Amino acid sequence: MRKLSSLAFAVTTAAILSACSTPVKVSEPAPVVEHPVDKSAQPQPDTRTVAPVETQSLDPLNDPKGVLANRSVYFDFDSYVVRADGKPVVENHAAYLVKNKNRNILIQGNTDERGGAEYNLALGQKRAEAVRKAMTALGVSESQIEAVSLGKEKPKAEGHNEEAWAQNRRADIVYK
Amino acid sequence: MYTPQKFKQVILYAGLAIAATMGSAQAQMRIEISGVGSNQIPIAVAGFANESVSPQKISEIIKADLERSGAFKIIDAGVVNDVNNIDYSGWKAKGADALVVGTVDALADGRYDVRYKLLDTVKQDKISNLDKAVTAQFTRLSAHLIADDVFFKLTGIRGAFSTRISYVKQEGRMYQLMVADADGENEQLALRSNEPIISPSWSPDGTKVAYVSFEQKKPVVYVQNLITRARTVVANEKGSNSAPSWAPSGNKLAVALSKDGHTQVYTVNVDGSGLRRVSNSAGIDTEPQWSPDGQSIYFTSDRSGGPQIYRMDADGGDAKRVTFTGSYNISPRISADGKTLAYISRRDNNFQLYVLDLASGQETRLSDTTDDESPSFAPNGKYIMYATKAGGRKSLAVVSVDGRVKQRLTAQAGNIKEPTWGPFMQ
Repeated sequence: MRKLSSLAFAVTTAAILSACSTPVKVSEPAPVVEHPVDKSAQPQPDTRTVAPVETQSLDPLNDPKGVLANRSVYFDFDSYVVRADGKPVVENHAAYLVKNKNRNILIQGNTDERGGAEYNLALGQKRAEAVRKAMTALGVSESQIEAVSLGKEKPKAEGHNEEAWAQNRRADIVYK
Repeated sequence: MYTPQKFKQVILYAGLAIAATMGSAQAQMRIEISGVGSNQIPIAVAGFANESVSPQKISEIIKADLERSGAFKIIDAGVVNDVNNIDYSGWKAKGADALVVGTVDALADGRYDVRYKLLDTVKQDKISNLDKAVTAQFTRLSAHLIADDVFFKLTGIRGAFSTRISYVKQEGRMYQLMVADADGENEQLALRSNEPIISPSWSPDGTKVAYVSFEQKKPVVYVQNLITRARTVVANEKGSNSAPSWAPSGNKLAVALSKDGHTQVYTVNVDGSGLRRVSNSAGIDTEPQWSPDGQSIYFTSDRSGGPQIYRMDADGGDAKRVTFTGSYNISPRISADGKTLAYISRRDNNFQLYVLDLASGQETRLSDTTDDESPSFAPNGKYIMYATKAGGRKSLAVVSVDGRVKQRLTAQAGNIKEPTWGPFMQ
């Protein structure tokens, strides 16, 4: 009797451990306790191998204080060249994408509000393409990147002055 | 009586501007008119006999249409009940060269019989008449069609009062593609989205609108059937897809795509098949617009530095530069006769509406606002609608191609932008 209950305990524990190797939703009850134990057919459980769990915060992409948290590259007026202050942003994300071939991004180019919607869409595209080219030069695969433009349609800063415009001359890296 | 030719000669710039507010309390847009010709055709528009049975006051809509055109001086006329016994000399004495009278009858089947006559008070004769039985929802349209007839008979120019416009209404993060009568009334929702919608463009038959929607986090070109709600993705290539423009045949669109790494002009069938690159530059080529004969495509290109307007054959080939004044000329639109180019030019940091006579090269500025965008010709080529800014809000404006008549349309709330004037409908 004693032996049987310890075996049942071991099986249950293994089941819980294996359940833990997938992302855990705390609110769900452990689904395994009700299962009857068939002692004759049961193989000897491995109670020594540990299945590791990584919390989401270990992915550097999700570290709010990490270098990858900065996903915006700013541009000068009438310019479509990645500035010196934007280079580290491009480099950090390029390095991550080279390491993580399964991750894909959208680069969304933006412009300030002055001028026509369609011409600004094309100018925003030039900004997105500048970031795309800088990243592919650093070894990121073309298949991981899509450069698109939002033109002047989605301003980050709503003001109608140079301060707002400078905020809106921007390309954003968006992970899919 | 004014003949069409005479009308064109006598309409002169008035210099002074008059402003009037039209429309009733339930009007969806406020229309302000300023500037008219100095020698307008004096016309009396009488209240239609029995028109109170109609859901729309027919004579008021006709009057507003004619007044907004700037081509008429409306003479107060009261109601004329006996449309068969007209005191021509009495109307002549009141200064009216022409008189509009009519009747409305409620029919047993629920429709309304709208009859109208256009009378010449000088010749004491009938110039035109129409008789149409319509359902309640089309009583407004019947008034616009009468105004079209009056306009055509007295000016020789096809009226566009019964045409429709499309535009984008933005309130906060809500974007709505709207369709309305050319006077901004009878507004109907075509598409609602939480992401931007830009560049609507009417199909030549007026049943579909192509536009750019950002609902997939990037610009994608759709065609929407206004009647069936069916939506087709016309261009969703890698990168940005934008600037749809219908070929006059209605079976093709020109679009601007960035699939080759920079924005270039392509043509595509309405179902999304047959994609073909037609422009070829190292820079930006965008905003394609077919010429009315379908032979050429006008477009914006920065191949010479700043954006300028160019023309190329519709199937590609060499491009010829069209605009030369100023360093920023965008958004080309061609009048229905192919003779006039409307566009937005930046001069002294103001973005303003200009027209260019393509034969003479004569350029004229038509607006005195500073944030103009998206010009669109009325299908009769006599008026241009465009987006502008008034009191910090985006609104629409209309100007006659001679610059004399100006209107501004303001929504009761939010911003309205990206206007496009629809075609004549069958």
